[in-house]
Amino acid sequence: MSGHHDVSYLAPKETWWKTVYSWMFTIDHKKIGLMYLTSVIAAFFLGGIFALLVRLELWAPTQTETVGETSRVIGQLFHGDPAKGITGNNIYNRMFTLHGVVMVFLFIIPSIPASLGNFFLPIMLGAKDVAFPRLNLFSWFLYVTGGIVAVAGLLLGGAETGWTFYTPYSTTTSWGSVTAMVSAAFILGFSSILTGINFVVTVHKLRVPGMGWFDMPLFVWAMYATAIIQVLATPVIGITLLLLVFERIFKIGIFDPGLGGDPVLFQHFFWFYSHPAVYIMILPGMGVVSELIAVHCRKRIFGYRAIAFSSIAIAAISFLVWGHHLFTSETAAANIVFSALTFLVAVPTAIKVFNWVATMYKASIAINTPMLYAMAFLFNFTIGGLTGPPLATLATDMHLHDTYFVVAHFHYVMMGGTVFAFIGALHHWWPKMFGKMYNEKWAMLATALVVIGFNVTFFTQFFLGTQGMPRRYATYVPEFTTLHRISTFGSWLIAAGFLIHLPVFIHSLVAGPRAARNPWGGLTFEWETDSPPIEHNFPHEPVITHGPYDFDTVVPPNCDPKEWPLPDQELVKRVHGAH
Amino acid sequence: MTTANPRAAAIDMDLPPHARHVPQSHWRNHHDEAEAAKLGMWLFLATEVLLFAGFFCAYAGLRLLHEGNWIAASHYYLDWRIGAFNTCVLLLSSFTVVLAIRGAQTNRQGMILLNLFITEICAATFLVLKLWLEYWPKWQKGELVGAFFSYGNPQGTHDHLFLSVYWIATATHGFHVLVGMFVIAWAMWKAWKGHYGPKHYTSLENVGLYWHLVDVIWIFLFPLLYLA
Repeated sequence: MSGHHDVSYLAPKETWWKTVYSWMFTIDHKKIGLMYLTSVIAAFFLGGIFALLVRLELWAPTQTETVGETSRVIGQLFHGDPAKGITGNNIYNRMFTLHGVVMVFLFIIPSIPASLGNFFLPIMLGAKDVAFPRLNLFSWFLYVTGGIVAVAGLLLGGAETGWTFYTPYSTTTSWGSVTAMVSAAFILGFSSILTGINFVVTVHKLRVPGMGWFDMPLFVWAMYATAIIQVLATPVIGITLLLLVFERIFKIGIFDPGLGGDPVLFQHFFWFYSHPAVYIMILPGMGVVSELIAVHCRKRIFGYRAIAFSSIAIAAISFLVWGHHLFTSETAAANIVFSALTFLVAVPTAIKVFNWVATMYKASIAINTPMLYAMAFLFNFTIGGLTGPPLATLATDMHLHDTYFVVAHFHYVMMGGTVFAFIGALHHWWPKMFGKMYNEKWAMLATALVVIGFNVTFFTQFFLGTQGMPRRYATYVPEFTTLHRISTFGSWLIAAGFLIHLPVFIHSLVAGPRAARNPWGGLTFEWETDSPPIEHNFPHEPVITHGPYDFDTVVPPNCDPKEWPLPDQELVKRVHGAH
Repeated sequence: MTTANPRAAAIDMDLPPHARHVPQSHWRNHHDEAEAAKLGMWLFLATEVLLFAGFFCAYAGLRLLHEGNWIAASHYYLDWRIGAFNTCVLLLSSFTVVLAIRGAQTNRQGMILLNLFITEICAATFLVLKLWLEYWPKWQKGELVGAFFSYGNPQGTHDHLFLSVYWIATATHGFHVLVGMFVIAWAMWKAWKGHYGPKHYTSLENVGLYWHLVDVIWIFLFPLLYLA
């Protein structure tokens, strides 16, 4: 196919305004992926700042003992005014709400799919772009709009309701701007839905000829399962938030007991999306881990089909367990059903963890930042996963519901799982995306700080939870002080770690060494493209000659896949005709 | 925004537009592009079904809480004959949109335009009847949602809940009908320019699919609201 641009997708245009225009109105999945990447990283830091403020507030049992001046400044920022009765508690509520809203809707839901998924899904399939490139750009515009509305809502005082927006507080409170925050989430939801549609169709229709479903990399399976959930679950949060706004503005009364409605109905609606949403968060991370372990252990993934089918099974079962978020609001009969189904969803998840560990057995394990994060994922996600069953068990959940145990559980799976996978993936694919290598020593130091800091912060919270510390409380009894202080200290270690990761990446872009085409020795299609890839990804449509993890059969013994040559160009020309 | 499509160079400009459609450059052939577009539309329709599912679940939950009141309110506030007529109007419009697609398949450009026009008229009729015969009188009499309900002669204690579900479900559906009118108008414009023919009518088919969904949602709303 002639007429392809053989320049890197990052190459600037003739004039600076043409360059800006080419990014603002691009339909290139790589550029869109990069723009998402910068935004989700910015959102992560914003959400992280709120987290640090939350942990700072919890340094001391009561507000008056926390650093006075900081409280005053933060208080003014969030429209705190003791004269008007808006106290430190209200400000604290806003901070954890904003931490949740920003982290969930602006960071973690789009994180891996919109950035790395957009970038690598088409390349891994041998395609030139996603199925609907213009829809992809529209998704990006929606994300930006949602982000602007969220920031506007933040400046209007945010919300105090928690990111879960439970009624009746969310429908009756006048503090902050619930409507703005909810509208932001609504718009962001549409961005997510359209990306999901795009990915499903891409996987069905744009695979290179000869690539069957079981020849795809597991990252693609994970993106596909995630996209299915995005398409089916996100509309439900859309209607939920719409009903919430109608309730606020038009007082329709469906969640208001005074008008005959039912506030628990909101909880059912909300969690019907938000439980599958947590699988939107983790499935891409699991897809990443499959890639990281296979490549950095240079070994065929153990149980490829089991992992592939488990991804689909997790997506399917995820729709059946939402009730476990409202065990304290439901009938006993419903509770029993949801508890049993929740135990079921742990099975495919565990299968994957066993398979990854089995992949590492007798493998040639490289020690680098991506692999360290993959191993950190295995350790920390497993802790998160194992602390799920105590919450799924009805008897223990009655005590643990709404305590710090829950907070620790979901941070272990979301941060110890998804975020660690995301950062590992960033390091893994950084040389491919930018053609530059990062400094491994400093990155590993940052990794150590982040992983240790994370465990210091959140492991203590399991103990806080079992001892009865409720979540979303700004003050606590003095007996909890030591544990809270340890947890806050851990948050500072995490911050230090990320404050090293960021300059490592920036330095790599500015002054890093040039990266090779295949620095890690992977066998999937992205490692056959240039680093960074050309605009149309491949000069000729790639020909599939081996499976994604065929390290044992494709690469002869003692031969380094890093030096593995591109497929025979004569073969490619013969297949496609001489273009 | 789009880079030059190398396949565009080789088309015969004497053919009508529908016979010289060039697929976007990342597609291997026209068939793949058309199939993908339809799959994308079906997935979008699934999301719309799930969106409206929220209304149906709210209906179910609230009706279970206030059963007797609910059924009586349906008879008291809604005239099933208007609903039935509107149902027939939408069913006719679904038929005509299919005829328009048939026109594209058989290369009868006039058939495409005429049937799309009738579809548009049906959609407008639906909205006008809804606004004029249902919404406006209700607004005047105060038969409104939730806390705004001010009708002087309610027949039960929770009439406002039924009306809440009625208003928001039919208004959201009506919004989708309005969007459908814009989309059908767009299809009419493309048909006028000769973009639809036996070899290429993908976007017309997708418009038709969307319109059928709007119709199907009404088919469920009508008996639940009017024939309770």
